[in-house]
Amino acid sequence: MVGVTPHCVSVHKLKSGPSVVLTNVTKRYAGRSALDEVSLDVTAGSFVALVGGSGSGKSTLVRIINRLVDPDAGRVVIDGTDVRDGESFRLRRRIGHVIQGIGLFPHMSVAANIAIGLRIAGGRRTDARVAELLDLVDLPRDFATRAPATLSGGQKQRVGVARALATAPGLMLLDEPFGALDPVTRDALATNYRALHHQLGLTSIMVTHDMAEALLIAERVIVLKDGRIAADATPSQLLRGEGGDEAQALVAVPMGQSERMAAMVRE
Amino acid sequence: MIDRVLPLVASHILIASAALALGLILALPLGVFAARRRRVEQGVLGFASLVQTIPSLALLALFYPLLLALRTLTGAPISPLGFLPALLALTLYALLPVLRNTVVALRSLDLDMLEAADGIGMTSWQKLWIVEAPLALPTVTAGVRTAAVWTIGAATLSTTVGQPSLGDIIFSGLQTQNWELVIWGCLAAAALALTADALLALAERGISRGPRILWILALALFVAAPVAALVSQIRPAQQTVTIGAKNFTEQYILARLIGYRLAAAGYAVRYKENLGSAVVFGAATSGDVDIYVDYAGTLWTNEMKRADHPSRAAMVAGVTAWTKAQRGVTTLGPLGFENAYALAMRGEVAHAKGIASMDDLRTAGASLTLGADLEFLDRPEWATIRKTYDLHFARQRTFNPTFMYDALKSGDADVISAFSSDGRIAADGLVVLSDPRGAIPSYDALVMVGPKAARDARLVTALRPLIGAIPVEAMRKANFMVDRHDDKASPDAAATWLATVIHR
Repeated sequence: MVGVTPHCVSVHKLKSGPSVVLTNVTKRYAGRSALDEVSLDVTAGSFVALVGGSGSGKSTLVRIINRLVDPDAGRVVIDGTDVRDGESFRLRRRIGHVIQGIGLFPHMSVAANIAIGLRIAGGRRTDARVAELLDLVDLPRDFATRAPATLSGGQKQRVGVARALATAPGLMLLDEPFGALDPVTRDALATNYRALHHQLGLTSIMVTHDMAEALLIAERVIVLKDGRIAADATPSQLLRGEGGDEAQALVAVPMGQSERMAAMVRE
Repeated sequence: MIDRVLPLVASHILIASAALALGLILALPLGVFAARRRRVEQGVLGFASLVQTIPSLALLALFYPLLLALRTLTGAPISPLGFLPALLALTLYALLPVLRNTVVALRSLDLDMLEAADGIGMTSWQKLWIVEAPLALPTVTAGVRTAAVWTIGAATLSTTVGQPSLGDIIFSGLQTQNWELVIWGCLAAAALALTADALLALAERGISRGPRILWILALALFVAAPVAALVSQIRPAQQTVTIGAKNFTEQYILARLIGYRLAAAGYAVRYKENLGSAVVFGAATSGDVDIYVDYAGTLWTNEMKRADHPSRAAMVAGVTAWTKAQRGVTTLGPLGFENAYALAMRGEVAHAKGIASMDDLRTAGASLTLGADLEFLDRPEWATIRKTYDLHFARQRTFNPTFMYDALKSGDADVISAFSSDGRIAADGLVVLSDPRGAIPSYDALVMVGPKAARDARLVTALRPLIGAIPVEAMRKANFMVDRHDDKASPDAAATWLATVIHR
């Protein structure tokens, strides 16, 4: 299940996903800043990883983009349109959302879970689309009739990704999407998703606390600390040590680990 | 028996299902709202729990003065007796289990799943219908089932505010120690509660697991029952006369005696039994009860707040004038007997000690034990008797009325407080002590007629022959037919017997 190029799926390369621009976004919880005047320009079609410890504000940042959280100040613009124009549920229907807790609906089949975004927007014939999405996330088509409770953690999150992709959104927000999975499953899903990102021309913003994951999957890594952007660099810049102290401290850990393992192999 | 039970089952289903339906209409949205706001939850659940701590009997009784006051204040045509107070009290009672289970069910839903629902772009209505409602259903249904069982059980108490229910036969049966009636009432109420519970359980299973026909059928039956009950209660527009009764044997018998005469005269009759003294007079004032029997002394002291004791005739005249002028209730006339408080002794003991009047007790009392019913020693009548005759007993004991007579027989009491028309006075060979100084007010049984019924000349003509027609001996015998331990008669049978004896 690595490096999937789905067969028999007509995936027309969409126009690339939208750009996302945050300007001076501030959010406080009980007087403490979760985000402190953060400005960020995510170019259309890019894959951005938000890295930071707990309480760094990375989750708050993505939740502000699809208005699950309202900022105290600042604005968010997606493809030139302020997210506050129009109702929040219409905005969210245009944005894919994948969370660590997955949140499948236990009383619905896998197919119904995947098709829910289509159904709430008035869609009726969804079987073909569900089959297509199961192919995309590398699940057998006969999973459609199964109940979520019968799936493994990795299979559940594949359904979660399929559900988020169902309405063909251009922008995907992934909040620690693989954080609760075992390392093998996690690597497989991350690789699968990276392929989908390119194949579907998405704009992806992924929150993770794992710098190695960020380096391997994203095109651009933003390090958040105490609600501010501490570093903003490409993986190759970071690997060359050009990301500043905060970022390099995080990069040093997986770098050191892999060097030690490589040394062990040579011995 | 089945003829008597079936209409009560219909009334019972109606009041219970109306209260449950209203309870659901209020509690479900309120529960959803409260589940979203912590502060609302505290207030709403606190109120519902508070209601639950009020005994259901008291809750029902409280709505009578409340609605009466509301009617006086607003002048709106609301009835403080019958369906409305029962509906309101039972609805309040049904709130708590539904509210609490709805809040708990919604609060315990997986937060990740709810965030996913938001993230997908569900509106709050879509989230409620597609995600929250189906997952909360089993817990909410459990609350509805509890509410249904409670409501059906508590509906038996609606009898006390004049709403017919299976409580009618339970209360009357308890009062007259007719256990067959009590058992019929309890079994019917239990059967209703279990059926409702089973249907709701079936409906819930059908909704969450299928097949679809299961819940459609179960809910259809659940709705069909009150509809059928409602249809059964619709009668051709015939003038219905409501006859009220307080909560003891003599009242049941006299209500039937009056009812049979009116039925014979072509009126449709319905009974509201087990009403309290104050409630039944208020009901006659408002027209919720058309006819009932009250006692001169009761109205004189309780309603008119008088402390003096004029002669029998003067008291009846005074009551007649006052009820008409002050409350618009017509006192049609005395039935011919009194049901007064009295002091009674076993015949042979009274003879042996030479006691015939209360005067004789002044000296003899010091060696005797007084047995009284539960309220007699606190009543103004006893205070007056004691003061007038300067009575002092060796001991005073209180008993449940039935045991009071047994205590007299066994010698645990020498003198008891009795009601002068009680059948057990004659049956047990008791002597009623005379009251030469007139300390006890007279308690002539009076036929009271509400304002609407009093305007109906045909109805008044049908009742007129009862005036002065019932001697105390006949009333005692009729009471005893119902009160005795062996070969008990129903109040209906006693009323029929009484009608033949007095040739009316």
